[in-house]
Amino acid sequence: MEAFLKFIDMGGYAGYVWSSYGLALLVFGLSIILPLKEKRQLEKRIRRIIQNEKSVSK
Amino acid sequence: MIMRFIYQLGSPPYFYALSGRLLPWLSGLCFILFAAGLYGGLVLAPADYQQGDSFRIIYIHVPAAWMSLFVYMIMAFSGAMALIWRIKIAEIILINSAHIGAVFTFLALVTGSIWGKPMWGTWWVWDARLTSELLLLFLYLGIIALYSAIDDKRKAARAVAILALVGVVNIPIIHYSVEWWSTLHQGPTVTKFDKPSIDTRMLIPLLLMAFAYKFLYAIVVLLRARNDLLWRERRSQWVATLFSKEGA
Amino acid sequence: MLQAFLIILQRDLILAIRHRAELMNPMLFFVLVVVLFPLGIGAEATILERIAPGIIWIAALLSALLSLDRIFRTDMEDGSLEQMLISAQPMSLLILAKIIAHWIITGLPVVLVGPLLALFLGLSAEGIETLFFTLLLGTPVLSAIGSVGVALTVGLRRGGVVLSLLVLPLYVPVLIFASQAVDAAAAGFPTAAPIAMLSALLLLSLSLTPWAASAALKMSVS
Repeated sequence: MEAFLKFIDMGGYAGYVWSSYGLALLVFGLSIILPLKEKRQLEKRIRRIIQNEKSVSK
Repeated sequence: MIMRFIYQLGSPPYFYALSGRLLPWLSGLCFILFAAGLYGGLVLAPADYQQGDSFRIIYIHVPAAWMSLFVYMIMAFSGAMALIWRIKIAEIILINSAHIGAVFTFLALVTGSIWGKPMWGTWWVWDARLTSELLLLFLYLGIIALYSAIDDKRKAARAVAILALVGVVNIPIIHYSVEWWSTLHQGPTVTKFDKPSIDTRMLIPLLLMAFAYKFLYAIVVLLRARNDLLWRERRSQWVATLFSKEGA
Repeated sequence: MLQAFLIILQRDLILAIRHRAELMNPMLFFVLVVVLFPLGIGAEATILERIAPGIIWIAALLSALLSLDRIFRTDMEDGSLEQMLISAQPMSLLILAKIIAHWIITGLPVVLVGPLLALFLGLSAEGIETLFFTLLLGTPVLSAIGSVGVALTVGLRRGGVVLSLLVLPLYVPVLIFASQAVDAAAAGFPTAAPIAMLSALLLLSLSLTPWAASAALKMSVS
């Protein structure tokens, strides 16, 4: 437990170190999640386009 | 042989299929590299004798700074490919690299500033590296702004390719001039960010993190490029067959 | 080829003289920006003398930016740009002529007025002399780099903001070397190094930017 607390404290620099790592996690996470979300929306829209074209050609 | 491969890679359906197969592998490798790099950097590496534990920001900051230049080089390279051979995939890689490149640059700037607070006592110092990183961020933002200002996306991609090439010629000049400016104004820069001799236990996690960043970049670019490609080619045959195969 | 170059140069200059009022605007803007600094900072002589090179160079940058649009915009609107693109002459040469014409119209007045303003800001005689040379070497670079930015944005409805975002970071080396040279001269140090760098920038930009601008124009006009 003590070792863990010492690890979290980062020799007194906890705020600086963890905010850097936290920011990195945030921006990298967003960079991956946003395209994935966009992809789901794109798939929906493209399905609709294809469906429309099919119904038109019938 | 190589040219044939490049042309094959330039075909959208081939690229889409190949990147789809690559992505899980890349993600796995990226995860392992991050886990190893973080464990090595946060736990195994000893505290710096001068900076204490605050030096651990290096594992976020330095790879991000490396990537900010690396991504720009890739953009210029694919810009050249897009202009010379009119390869669509090169255009797509170019424009989808811009956002993640700007993210790396931003991260390098902010973590540099966070690191500067305990080291220099202020959040911002007009240090040569930070200043040229800031200018690099503006170059990225210019590319993004130009791309979104032009409505015709094929045209926009070519404009951005030209701009990326102009930028890549200018980066060394800007970098050199800023370095020159900073040495004149405040004496030799504080070389806290690069030490000539660094403990191997500190160095290995740094290299691991650098590779992890490269894989992360590849993943993000592929994800974005695949989306872009799907939307651009939404009326083409291969997209239609792709969606009918999925049994939608 | 040389003839085509001269014809374009002459044509642009004549057009500029016909619109004399427009000709004055960038220079007036330049003077105005410089005048704002003492009003904003205070008229303390030591401070003004210290920051005079920076003020004048930043004002020169901004006024160049303001007038860049005219390199290609009017030609784009009346269709003469398309004629130039399909003509048998190499486009980069014609663009070089347009860059030089733009510099004569907007850069040269700044080169002439800048030292006068520096006098008002209390810059020393050595400083003013060097300022003149840096303006002479540096302002053509602004027109040259700007031509690429304008060529990329000329087809856009709201290209102005994008243009400044594209061009200003590329202006940084000129700003640094020029104001450093003046600073050094005012403090009595040798100025050969920054002046040499400025000359290198001038040659580099005049030889490379016409190519980039012509590629960009082909994209913008098509």
